[in-house]
Amino acid sequence: MQALRPLGAEIRDEFPILDQQVHGKPLVYLDNAATTQRPLRVIEALSHFYERDNSNVHRGLHELSNRATAQFEEARERVARFIGAPSANTIIFTRGTTEAINLVANSWGARFIGPGDVILLTEMEHHSNIVPWQLLAERVGARIDWAPVLGDEGLLDMDAVREKLALKPKLFAFVHISNSLGTINPAAELCALARASGVTTLVDAAQSAGHLPVDVREMGCDFLAFSGHKLCGPTGIGALYGRAGLLEAMPPWQGGGEMISRVAFDRTTFKEPPHRFEAGTPDIAGAIGLGVAVDYIDELGRARIFEHDAALAREAYERLAGIPGMRLLGPRQDRAGLVSFALEAVHAHDLVTLANEEGVALRGGHHCTQPLMRKLGLAASARASFYFYNTPAEVDRLVETVGQIEKFFRR
Amino acid sequence: MNLSELYQEIILDHAKRPMNRGTLDNATVTVPAENPTCGDELTLQLRVGEGRIEDVRFTGQGCAICMASASMMTRAVKGKPCQEAGALYQKVHAGVQGTGEMPKGEISALGGVREFPQRVKCALLAWEALREALGIRKGAGGGSVVTTEEE
Repeated sequence: MQALRPLGAEIRDEFPILDQQVHGKPLVYLDNAATTQRPLRVIEALSHFYERDNSNVHRGLHELSNRATAQFEEARERVARFIGAPSANTIIFTRGTTEAINLVANSWGARFIGPGDVILLTEMEHHSNIVPWQLLAERVGARIDWAPVLGDEGLLDMDAVREKLALKPKLFAFVHISNSLGTINPAAELCALARASGVTTLVDAAQSAGHLPVDVREMGCDFLAFSGHKLCGPTGIGALYGRAGLLEAMPPWQGGGEMISRVAFDRTTFKEPPHRFEAGTPDIAGAIGLGVAVDYIDELGRARIFEHDAALAREAYERLAGIPGMRLLGPRQDRAGLVSFALEAVHAHDLVTLANEEGVALRGGHHCTQPLMRKLGLAASARASFYFYNTPAEVDRLVETVGQIEKFFRR
Repeated sequence: MNLSELYQEIILDHAKRPMNRGTLDNATVTVPAENPTCGDELTLQLRVGEGRIEDVRFTGQGCAICMASASMMTRAVKGKPCQEAGALYQKVHAGVQGTGEMPKGEISALGGVREFPQRVKCALLAWEALREALGIRKGAGGGSVVTTEEE
C-alpha cells in the first residue's frame, strides 16, 4: 500500500493557488469554511472532461455521450461511497447544500408538512437551513420551533432537544458542525432520539462532510446535504442523500427534461429517484469533479484531516485567548477546525480588512447565522477556518497579525 | 504593519471618540439605518428649523469606518442649511465611489474606502441616513429602513 501523504506543508504542491503573495506577504488562506481550495487533480478533471469527453448525459447514443454518462453516474457512486449511502440511487446531485435543503422543503415538505405541524431547528443553523423552512411554514401554515444553544460555548441544549422531540415535530433539521461556532453536534445521538419519536431528520453536513468521517447509516439520518466546494470540489455542485423509502414517496420539485419517463399533452409520469429530482441538464463536469474530490479526501483520510485541522484550531484558540479584550466563541473542548472570535476594541470588519493587508484571509460578519449572533449579542465576529493544507506557521501568522491589529486599535 | 489610506489617524480618532453621539429630545426627524450584510446599524436624529439643521445626534454600532463617518458627518452638517447638507451628501456619495472629488477637510479621509469596494457601504451608511432625513430621494423603491445595500 502506498504511504499516506503528510498533511500541512508537504501537500501544498497540489494547491498552486496557495503559493502566492497578497500585499507583498505570503497568502495565509484561513477562509476554508466559506470555500476550500481545489487540488490540481480536480482542476485537471474538469479540463479533461471539457477537452475530451464533453457531451450531454443520459439521452445521447454516441460515444461522447456514453462516456459523459458513465463518468457522471460513476461520480454518483463515488459520492454514495463517500457518505456510506447504501446505493447511488439515494444520491441526488444539487447545486450545493442550500439547494439540497430547498429540495427537501419543496418536495418532501410540501407533501408531508401541513397546517399546525412543527419543524424543529436549532439556534445555530446557517440561514440555508432556516429560510427554506420559514418559506415552507408560511406556505402551509406550519410552525418552527428552536432548540436552544447554550451561551458562548455554543453547545446544543440536549435536555431541550429531548423535550421538543417528545412533542413529535414532523422534522428535525440540524447542522452537524456549526460554521460560526465550530460546535460538533452529536449527529448519531440526535438522529436516534428523533427516530425514537418518529421524527424525520435532515443533517446539514456542509461543514462536516469533508472534515470528519460521515456515514449516513451509522448516523441514522433520513436526509443529509453537503456542498462540493467545501471539500476540494468545484462550486455549484453538491449532493442530497435521502433514505430510499422517503425519496420514492416524494413528488418532483422541478419539472423539465431528464426527470420524466413519459410526457403527453394531458399527463406526465416521472422517473424513479434520483433522476426524478434532477430536471434539466445537470452540472456534469461539476459532478465528475466532485467525484474526484471525494475520492481524494478519502485517500487522505477524514480522521487524519480532522486531527490536523482540530490541532491547528486548538492552537489558535489557546493563543488568541491571550490577546486583550478577546472573546472566543464555541466550545473549548472538542471543537472543529475553526475559531470564531470578537475583539472588544476592534470591529470584525476592521480586523478582517487589516488582516488582509498582511496577506491573511479571514471571514468577518454574521457568517449567515444572524439569529445566533443576535442571541450572543454580537453584530459580527471574525473567523479563521482551517483545512489539511494549513500549517502551524500559518497559525503563528494569524496570532501575530490579530495581536498587532488589537494593539493598533487599543493605543 | 501597512495600515494604508483607510485607517488614518483622523478616522481612528473619530471612531474612538465619536462626536454628536446620543439622542435628541426634540428631534424633528429620526431615521434608522443598517447594513444587513455586515451588521452596522445606526439611528440618526435631526432637529430641523427654518431650513437649517439646528442639531444632530446619532446612536448605533458599527466598524471604525462607519462610526468615524457618522461622527464626521454630524460635525459637518450641524448648523448648516439643509440645502448645503444635501449638496455635501451628493459630493461625499460621488467621492467615496470614485466618481467625483472628495470634499476638502477631515471628511476627505473617508475617500480611503475607494480602494476597498467592500467598505464603501460602511462609509456611506450615515450619509444615506442623512439623505433620507433630508427627504432627498435615492430613486424608486426602498423600505422604511435606510440601507446601503443594492436595490
